Amino acid sequence: MIDKQDIINELELDRFELFEKPHYSFAFDRRDFLKGFGLGIVFIVPITRALAQQRGESGRGAFNQSLPNDVGAWIHLDEDGRITVFTGKVEVGQNTRTTLTQSVADELHVPLSSVRLVMGDTDVVPFDMGTFGSRSTPTMAPQLRKAAAAAREMLIAMAADQLKVAPADLRILDARFVNHDKSKTLTLAEVAKGRKLVKVIPEDITITQPKDWMIAGTSVTKVDAKAFVTGAHQYTTDIQREGMLFGKVLRPSAFNATLVSADTKAAEAMAGVKVVTEGNFVGVASSDQQTATKAANAIVANWKAAPQPANAELFDLLRKPSNERRGGEGGGGGSRPQGSIAAGMAAADKKLEQTYTVAYIAHAPLEPRAAVAEWSGDKVTVWTGTQRPFGVRGELADAFHIPEANVRVIVPDTGSGYGGKHTGECAIEAARLAKATGKPVKLVWTREEEFTWAYFRPAGVIDVKSGVKNDGTITAWEFHNYNSGPSGLPIKYEIPNTDIRYHAADSPLRQGSYRGLAATANHFARESHIDELAQAVNVDALEFRLKNTKDERLRGVLTAAANKFGWGRTKPAANHGFGISCGFEKGGYVATCVEISLESPTGKEDPKNKRIRIVRVVEAFDCGAVVNPMQLKNQIEGSIVQAIGGALFESIEFKDGKILNPKFSSYRVPRFSDLPLIETVLVDRRDIPSAGAGETPIVGLAPAVANAVFNATGVRLRSLPLAPRGLEVKS
Amino acid sequence: MAKVTDLNVNGKKMTVDVDATASLLSVLRNDLHLTGSKYGCGEGQCGACTVLLDGQPVRSCITQVARAAGKQITTIEGLERDGNLHPLQDAFIKADAMQCAYCTSGMIMAAAGLLKKTARPSRDEIIEGMNGNICRCGTYQRIVEAIQIASGQTTTKEAA
Repeated sequence: MIDKQDIINELELDRFELFEKPHYSFAFDRRDFLKGFGLGIVFIVPITRALAQQRGESGRGAFNQSLPNDVGAWIHLDEDGRITVFTGKVEVGQNTRTTLTQSVADELHVPLSSVRLVMGDTDVVPFDMGTFGSRSTPTMAPQLRKAAAAAREMLIAMAADQLKVAPADLRILDARFVNHDKSKTLTLAEVAKGRKLVKVIPEDITITQPKDWMIAGTSVTKVDAKAFVTGAHQYTTDIQREGMLFGKVLRPSAFNATLVSADTKAAEAMAGVKVVTEGNFVGVASSDQQTATKAANAIVANWKAAPQPANAELFDLLRKPSNERRGGEGGGGGSRPQGSIAAGMAAADKKLEQTYTVAYIAHAPLEPRAAVAEWSGDKVTVWTGTQRPFGVRGELADAFHIPEANVRVIVPDTGSGYGGKHTGECAIEAARLAKATGKPVKLVWTREEEFTWAYFRPAGVIDVKSGVKNDGTITAWEFHNYNSGPSGLPIKYEIPNTDIRYHAADSPLRQGSYRGLAATANHFARESHIDELAQAVNVDALEFRLKNTKDERLRGVLTAAANKFGWGRTKPAANHGFGISCGFEKGGYVATCVEISLESPTGKEDPKNKRIRIVRVVEAFDCGAVVNPMQLKNQIEGSIVQAIGGALFESIEFKDGKILNPKFSSYRVPRFSDLPLIETVLVDRRDIPSAGAGETPIVGLAPAVANAVFNATGVRLRSLPLAPRGLEVKS
Repeated sequence: MAKVTDLNVNGKKMTVDVDATASLLSVLRNDLHLTGSKYGCGEGQCGACTVLLDGQPVRSCITQVARAAGKQITTIEGLERDGNLHPLQDAFIKADAMQCAYCTSGMIMAAAGLLKKTARPSRDEIIEGMNGNICRCGTYQRIVEAIQIASGQTTTKEAA
């Protein structure tokens, strides 16, 4: 069994959204529950405590849901020889469906096409905390490999029995069992025929090492690529149910507003419109979306909200200690201080003290939050795009006071998340409307709702104080992160005196997980500051980093990126600059080299200010053994492009509990015209287990760009976004 | 209120009964159940809803259905020919030009419109022509490559 403390201990404190209190609580019901398999053979991987701890990844949902069940994964071989893998992970664009399929096919010695994954359906897959923290590859893939490896051996034993040969004489080739001279063969279907078996996988199963991978380690295309390019794939927003209505929820006038009164007469008078009010919840449902929207607009509501802060006050607010303790001691985090900062500063030739800030930014997944809810008696089924199907099941059970067994959450492969789809508010809203109308209800948040009522990447303030000797040795490193989070705080630089801390604050906006968590903020501050130190003692930025780290993998990516970029071999052209950064997070090591140019402003941009254009990015990445090189490159490129937004121009503007730029026309995200030439270098370490790769490649870009801007102009930018309105350059 | 009752979609005459002011996107998705075209922003800023009207790419989320009446509407569902993928669809798979793929339909339709106008667009022309479409996963480099492949300008895909 897993206890709650294990989960709290494992949970990264940055996942603010998982510590929130429930948003809704509705009236009470209950029901019964059953599930099963057809004929064939089911292979079950039991959960050990070690595995359980590895997957202990959740917060609020976890406290409310029944903690597992002692099963980590299962694989079903049906009578037709089809292999179905059941996992609680979900696909949100990170390509887990394909890479996990590769791992299973690889281990079972069957073609990719024989294996199908059922993901994120809480009635049929084993419990899983959620798809986040870059854990599918390092923890789910080995579990599935174990199941597949054991299944292979057990199936071979059964086939050997049927064929009357020794198990050692059989192997699996192209989904058939064959003996040494191929005189005896049997298909998977022939072994599964007529059986109804459950096999428990032994603990001590050995899985194939990366050096012996056949299907894993290769660039296979997405298993469902055709469904995507033909528009056939059904996202949550595409699901239709018989008699389905469309929902619309009335949003408060501001954050934390309470409903004083709502006049719903005009809306209720509209044909086919059902209005639901309960507490702060006001929603409507109708057979078409236009009418639902009209009806919601016809409701006259009075909301009461207290005055709330604006951007200008943000960084002062974040320096104030939190009123709520959360997570570790005093709500803090970081590492144990080493040596003495005072002694380190005394030993330094040059001393620096600087402050860095990062803004709130939005995930803005292109598929907004959406859900389709359908009740059958006191049981509810909800299709929704979430990274935490079991967490959302817990939220639904809580909101409606029903057992979790009465809730089924199904997650279709989803239009991205980036850490932004961990919570179930849209699912609950759809379920509330469906309950009231007795019909299935689809609710799709508008872009404006998505920008306003989801949660943001935390803003943060980071103070850094440091000392360095003239020979380039760093002697002291004091680092305080206020609010954005503790991820990415640890360093791989050899510094004798360090004091590195995270301080929780009370965020004026709702905040939560975002791809890479606070590692982006902490790498921005650290790698900018490292550059400032190198500058202070007049040492080359690459040489300075290499001088201060002995970490072999960090040195490896730094050297790989620098070589490919040509660092030190050429000087930037006029109005161009080069910058470098490096880091590590979640088992991955990254180094980024960037070339920027300053260009004349265009269109609506301020004519006084030069526009920062990222011309070229070279990023080297080491995440251990590479499962799918093409998909990994795609993830790295995508991380870099997404990082451009947070580095240069993305920033949430807010005032008095309102978001002032909740649209793509006012919140700029990276577009084709922002695309640099991107080159990736994969450091494929077949001797090291694979780490997840969806997050870490995002952390290196912002500091490398800031460093390149300094290189080009002598201007040091210390706030993300660096130059939303361009850079004033005095000539 | 004025109604629209007939539409030509993907070469077929389709019967509907919708307000003339309804968005083309909602009619395609909710009345005709052609859900390949996506809602992303509702203000013509992201391109996820792109379809062709007489070969011209339009944002169906801000196009009233009345404007599409009497024209040839082509959606992502209409690109396959006799069970064969359109060269752009093939090229998107070859270049792995997607992650979550929610933008993919709109990207392919915008690219189809671009290639109708410019058969062999340069990299700059692709960037300019596609700049109204957002891929939040950031696969732009691969989409540029896919359009180059589909227009016969690159035959080899990046081997990874």
